[in-house]
Amino acid sequence: MSTTYNVIGTRPIRHDGADKVTGRALYGADLQLARMIHGAVLRSPHAHARILRIDTSKAEALPGVFAVVTAADFPPAPADKIVDFGEGDTLLSSLRGNILASGKVLYSGHAVAAVAAVNAHVAAEAAALIEVDYEPLPCVLTAPEAMAPGAPILHENLPNGNVAELIRYEMGDLAAGFAEATVIVERELDTATVHQGYIEPQNATAFWSSDGRIHIWCSTQGSFVARDASAAVLDVPVSQVKVTPMEIGGGFGGKINVYLEPVAAMLSKKAGRPVKLVMSRRDVFTGTGPTPGSRVRVKIGVNDAGKITAAQAWLAYEAGAYPGAMVGPGAMTVFACYDIENVLIEGFDVVVNKPSTSAYRAPGAPNSALATETVLDEIAEKLGIDPLELRLRNAAKEGTRRADGPRYKRIGCIEVLEAMKASPQYNAPLPGPNCGRGVAIGFWFNAGLPSSATLSVNADGTVNLIEGSTDIGGSRTSLSMQAAEVLGLRAEDIHPTIVDTDSVGYTGVTGGSRTTFATGLAVHDAAQMVVEQMKARAARLWAVDEVSFSNGTFSANGQSLTFAQLAAQLGATGGPVSCSATVNPKGVGGSIAGLIIDVKVDPETGKTDVLRVTSVQDAGKAIHPAYVEGQMQGGTAQGIGWALNEEYFMDADGDMRNGSYLDYRMPTALDLPMIETIIVEVPNPGHPFGVRGVGEANIVPPLAAVANALYRATGKRLNRVPMNPATILGL
Amino acid sequence: MSAKVQVQTTINNEPVEFLCEPRQSLLECLRDIVGLTGTKEGCGDGNCGSCTVKLGDRIVTSCLVLGVEAAGESITTVEGLAHGSTLHPLQKAFLDHAALQCGICTPGFLIAADALLQKHPHPTEEQTRFWLSNNLCRCTGYDKIIRAVQAAAIEINGAAQ
Repeated sequence: MSTTYNVIGTRPIRHDGADKVTGRALYGADLQLARMIHGAVLRSPHAHARILRIDTSKAEALPGVFAVVTAADFPPAPADKIVDFGEGDTLLSSLRGNILASGKVLYSGHAVAAVAAVNAHVAAEAAALIEVDYEPLPCVLTAPEAMAPGAPILHENLPNGNVAELIRYEMGDLAAGFAEATVIVERELDTATVHQGYIEPQNATAFWSSDGRIHIWCSTQGSFVARDASAAVLDVPVSQVKVTPMEIGGGFGGKINVYLEPVAAMLSKKAGRPVKLVMSRRDVFTGTGPTPGSRVRVKIGVNDAGKITAAQAWLAYEAGAYPGAMVGPGAMTVFACYDIENVLIEGFDVVVNKPSTSAYRAPGAPNSALATETVLDEIAEKLGIDPLELRLRNAAKEGTRRADGPRYKRIGCIEVLEAMKASPQYNAPLPGPNCGRGVAIGFWFNAGLPSSATLSVNADGTVNLIEGSTDIGGSRTSLSMQAAEVLGLRAEDIHPTIVDTDSVGYTGVTGGSRTTFATGLAVHDAAQMVVEQMKARAARLWAVDEVSFSNGTFSANGQSLTFAQLAAQLGATGGPVSCSATVNPKGVGGSIAGLIIDVKVDPETGKTDVLRVTSVQDAGKAIHPAYVEGQMQGGTAQGIGWALNEEYFMDADGDMRNGSYLDYRMPTALDLPMIETIIVEVPNPGHPFGVRGVGEANIVPPLAAVANALYRATGKRLNRVPMNPATILGL
Repeated sequence: MSAKVQVQTTINNEPVEFLCEPRQSLLECLRDIVGLTGTKEGCGDGNCGSCTVKLGDRIVTSCLVLGVEAAGESITTVEGLAHGSTLHPLQKAFLDHAALQCGICTPGFLIAADALLQKHPHPTEEQTRFWLSNNLCRCTGYDKIIRAVQAAAIEINGAAQ
């Protein structure tokens, strides 16, 4: 059944477009306030060391300095206090410890102290005058090393050395399943730590008023999370903190955590002025959360019919300095694309002396899919069947149970695989020698979480939309389109504004591919309330009981009024119409994505050229197809960078040696071809328009697809990402 | 703190005078002193291209130029691309082709692309990619940016002969 829409599926110009192409849009670092001063953060040069002494007196004496803070200025965090920001529990002491170190520094780049001064140059000079005596300790940088007996221990209070959490999912009879298999392949693959690479560095400006209220302006994926986390760290009630989200220059999961916000607030409390903190690019690399490096071992058995009989995975992810490596989602997604009876998955969350990791687009899933999808490629080759055909014989479908528990409702795995098979690229020949084509697929859950929206009808027939989801990639428009669809208006008739945490109901992060889904649902519900109230007004005008509404027109007994005509009469029928909705949706629909990639490898230099790429993804329903394509293209580009080039290059002392964009080399326009997209639409029954969310699943397949393509091009199965020239040439 | 220097320059066709410390970058002067925050800082070491502006007849990463070096020069920033309330064809093409997501790299891309189209009225895809490889975008994978620039080339200069 196909539904006809007027607005959904079209490509209107984004509402914030003019501001963003003319330079008028205000991002966090663009904020200027009267009497504002500037901060700098002093960071640890050691990956692991005890702090013996901090002396801030010389910094405080420097002319132009207003305030210096260290961990000692913050309220103590009880050892066992848990805080919940809507996306799972966090240990307050970890959050606090990461913001400013106390006792020990746990990674090179760990913040130790901060200064506020008349300008950023003086602040940096003052920070350099802070004296810190360290007792260096041995450091440990990878998960396997950190799990080994005798490894340096980061946290004395973890029960299993450096292993913060063990995860185990088991289903069926693994031994019996492998006994049925005729082909069994087992591989172990490592991935390096990589960064989200958003172009805008973290920033925060705070003003701690004499009345006790704290106002924070920042670039964040979630203003309410930034509020709640800042309040927890500062030990004040959440109502004392107001967060105004500025425009945000990319996040990809990396701008959910707070780093600077509580520090700016504490500096402001001491200085009595607004304080702005902006990270340098090196601070972003070394002081914020990258995504984990990992070691993953996968063993899969199949029978002669190409049916998977058993699958086993072992995953060790580097959490960085504090627990929370995203190994959970890695474990839950490792076999999520497939219908398998006998499964065992074991995951280890391992602390190491690297920056505390945070989310990055489908966090944890690309690492584990790399192993599964390369093993399946090898099995397909051994069986002599097409790799997509092998996947089709095992594809997850409605009713498939994942090893971590849930059964799928409607899921578009078969549809994505069929679209890949039918794609122009998959049916085109490769151009010549040293070329290879790889395929892979991946799954991401997508998220629900609470969202709120308010719609107010203007007398000219337009509607103001008030919402709290920061707009990273066009969500003002994808949300406005859903309101317009319900109200029978054009996208341009909706005026979206993203407001501060005092001005709209609680709204979760722009993350988990949830904004168009969950905030979209809130907008949809509020729009339906508007329709009902407008119907009541028309009923009053016409003295009838029933009014119908269709395509933007209210009608009853042969009389009709357009939305705009009725909007003009609201004053005379009882006053303005304004409706709010808050949702906490349960009907989340997961997304499957696939990638086909053609590469050419120079056998002398090991350099890989990407010749052609097709990204395929189940969007459920593409509200704004251009923005869906954009998500797919962006995730694909990030995945290719992760596969081929990007890594934290750490020396033995745990110092990042490539903490600049020159040396941490992300894909440029010259490194990529056009990125073809195929949007698959298997509607999510849990959303009125069928939306699933498209921000993340697209980054899951590229690592494995590139590995498989490189195998076809070189004959080598590589076991390490990045698959850069050194890896390819075996150097 | 050192003594401030008076700099007389032209920004977006208007004479501008500002006071800056000798150590302040042109980027800092534009953003913090003149108040033109459309030009963005992504890295501070010339590798991301977000702070690209036109200085005289060349494009520069303004984080690597000192404010005092702008004396007597003519500077174009993203704020100077539109004519009044009419967008530059590149700005319009970026919107029509959904060539921005977060938008933080967009000002730099627009200035760089404008310079490209003045040098190559009908750039090939390869030329466009080469020219714009000084500008990092992490959101789009560049596809829609390349398409937007090539569409703007046709809008400005007509179809290639």
